[in-house]
Amino acid sequence: MDSALIPKGVKRCPLWQFALFIGAVGVVLAWGVYAMLLCWFKGLNQTNMNDYYGFALWIWADLAVIAIGGGAFFTGLCRYIFGKDELKSIINYAVLIGFICYSSALLILAIDIGQPLRGWFIFWHANVHSMLTEVAFCLTCYFGVLTIEYIPLLLENRQVDRVPFFHHLGHNMHEIMALFAATGAFLSFFHQGSLGGVAGVLFGRPFAFREGLYIWPWTFFLFTWSAAACGPCFTILVTKITEKATRKKLVKDNAIELLAKISGWMILTYSIAKTADTWYWATVTAPSKGLTWDFFYSNNPLYGKWILFTEIILCGFVPAFILVTKKGRKNVPALWIAVTLAVIGVSLNRWVMVLQVMAVPVMTFDYWAMYFPSWQEIATTILPVAYGVIMIAFSHRYLPVFPHEAELNPVEPLPSDEEQLAAAVEEMVDVEQELKPAEA
Amino acid sequence: MKKENKHSKFKKYGMVIDLDKCTGCGSCMVACMAENNVPFKQDESDKLLSITWLRLFRLTNDKPFPETDVCYLPRPCMHCEGHGGHSPCVSVCPSTATDYSKDTGIVSQIYTRCFGCRYCMASCPYKARYFNWWDPVWPDGMEKYLSPKVSPRMRGVVEKCSFCYHRYQQARDKAYMQGKPDIEESDYQTACAQACPSGAITFGDLNDAKHAVYQLKKDPHAFRLLERLGTNPKVYYVSSREWVRRAGDNYLKDEGRLKKAVH
Amino acid sequence: MFPFNFEWIWDMSHVVFMGGLWYALTILGIGLTYCIIKAAIDTIKGKDGHHH
Repeated sequence: MDSALIPKGVKRCPLWQFALFIGAVGVVLAWGVYAMLLCWFKGLNQTNMNDYYGFALWIWADLAVIAIGGGAFFTGLCRYIFGKDELKSIINYAVLIGFICYSSALLILAIDIGQPLRGWFIFWHANVHSMLTEVAFCLTCYFGVLTIEYIPLLLENRQVDRVPFFHHLGHNMHEIMALFAATGAFLSFFHQGSLGGVAGVLFGRPFAFREGLYIWPWTFFLFTWSAAACGPCFTILVTKITEKATRKKLVKDNAIELLAKISGWMILTYSIAKTADTWYWATVTAPSKGLTWDFFYSNNPLYGKWILFTEIILCGFVPAFILVTKKGRKNVPALWIAVTLAVIGVSLNRWVMVLQVMAVPVMTFDYWAMYFPSWQEIATTILPVAYGVIMIAFSHRYLPVFPHEAELNPVEPLPSDEEQLAAAVEEMVDVEQELKPAEA
Repeated sequence: MKKENKHSKFKKYGMVIDLDKCTGCGSCMVACMAENNVPFKQDESDKLLSITWLRLFRLTNDKPFPETDVCYLPRPCMHCEGHGGHSPCVSVCPSTATDYSKDTGIVSQIYTRCFGCRYCMASCPYKARYFNWWDPVWPDGMEKYLSPKVSPRMRGVVEKCSFCYHRYQQARDKAYMQGKPDIEESDYQTACAQACPSGAITFGDLNDAKHAVYQLKKDPHAFRLLERLGTNPKVYYVSSREWVRRAGDNYLKDEGRLKKAVH
Repeated sequence: MFPFNFEWIWDMSHVVFMGGLWYALTILGIGLTYCIIKAAIDTIKGKDGHHH
């Protein structure tokens, strides 16, 4: 029924199957939207946050999706600025994943603020000294960049592309994509960093506070670095999951391997830097405030030394060593494990830098505060996942997200109805060109 | 340390709280809530959801009887100066909704500017900032008894102790009408300082030698909470008990001696 | 955000921060405008754009 919208040369599941899938995910989405509306109309009393936990699950979700969404800017940087042509096979998908992650982050932020209608104050009454201001500005601008990067893909839909203006617009946008990608990388560097700065500048919170360079605490650089390192792992992970779901190979191996290799080296260097940072914090920063490092990891039911091991070794050095070795990244199960660990690692880091910071008592007569999110918080955090799945499903079905899909999965087009027959005639005119996948 | 100017044109309002005098009666908290229209709920059993601009902490030396000792510590907003007005919360607020006044040393909160991101709460080690999780609901008829000088806050914004700033504004107005160049110590006093039955709370200009706090803060037993973090708070505590003074900050085990408060 | 907002001060922080913002926005704006205008011209000229 919708075959006229489906890209040429590729096979898609029947519409009823697709609709059933969207319907199932849509139920989860509706649950999240309901919780979101509750938060908007009834206020943040719908959450389990309190005056000790002003920052909680949502801020973590924001930091985490932006970190794992970092694959978009870093892949874009490698593809358009450093000219790594192999990444052509995955760049569209990286952009799409980034777009989903950033739009989700903006949505969560809009739910998270106590007075959503005043959200624009962050721009209008900007305090340029606040890390959060920098986050808001760069995040919004970069979301603009991702939208600009995603638009050409939308314009490549078979029916949209038939409109000459859209066809030319998409083409022109491709032409100067490097400019947008460079601006995106510039913005990403700052907002990924400022998200690290959000915790690092808190000199009243010795668990978060870090010294640094000029106005930027070390967490500024560590966050940018870890997002660039682990973001591509999330891109690979989602690609692999999509391949499993569609039972098709969608991206060329050399693209995955190159991205995995770059990611591996980034994770390795990041893990070394993170170790140095932790070491300095534990031996210099914390003691200067009268605290030993193990104080932050004891006398509470959750935050123990296991975090350091899990974050730095298990989810840092282990995936790094797998990905830097050719054997490791070529081995499919090892690749799966490595990218999963890296994504868990960066998410755990963000959790620690938000939730553990809130949990630790600072005054000597204060106490460890524990927190468990309410169902409304959980639902609104799952909401972006459902939204992301739907976005991916629609994009994959109707847009040429994977330029090498047709090449990797050759199918004989069987014109069954008039529409397809017409399309087949059209194809005969310019077979060479039409089968050549669109590049983004 | 810079030499203080005894006639500085800038004021630096602060408090000295004598913990040896504090009985933990809670009058200061009640006075504060009434004065500042602090909202409350029917069920206030969850203290992590209660708004208490001034909160009383109970400290104990953790020793068995008969050496057990208890100390009550009232904690208002510390109105941190940080370094040059760089208090933990002011610098992080993305929408300039909280400000450090160089004229008075008071950290203000503009409720209509705050959009409730709660970054300031995350930055405050004293947990002196509170969020309005609900809209205030006053018992029937109570709205007639609210202070007209202080605006009640709406749901979704952060609030905190203002050192009864409206009283400062009133004192200024009064001085102007009377043709006085400046306000007297007694013209501007916070509600908690006035309500304390044992006279444990003294409030005034820390820069003005004529004010009681100027001398009191120089007590050898004076200290401030978490000085080592560099927050540079303007609330001083005095206690003759070593363990109480030590509870004011974090110390490593081998750090035997207490550091004296920096003036 | 704008010099006419009352909290605006002409200091280094504002110039650097807002300078960066407006610089990025200008690039994006000009880039996008260029694409749209060129696409309109190409369409009017009836240019065959089937070359990716």
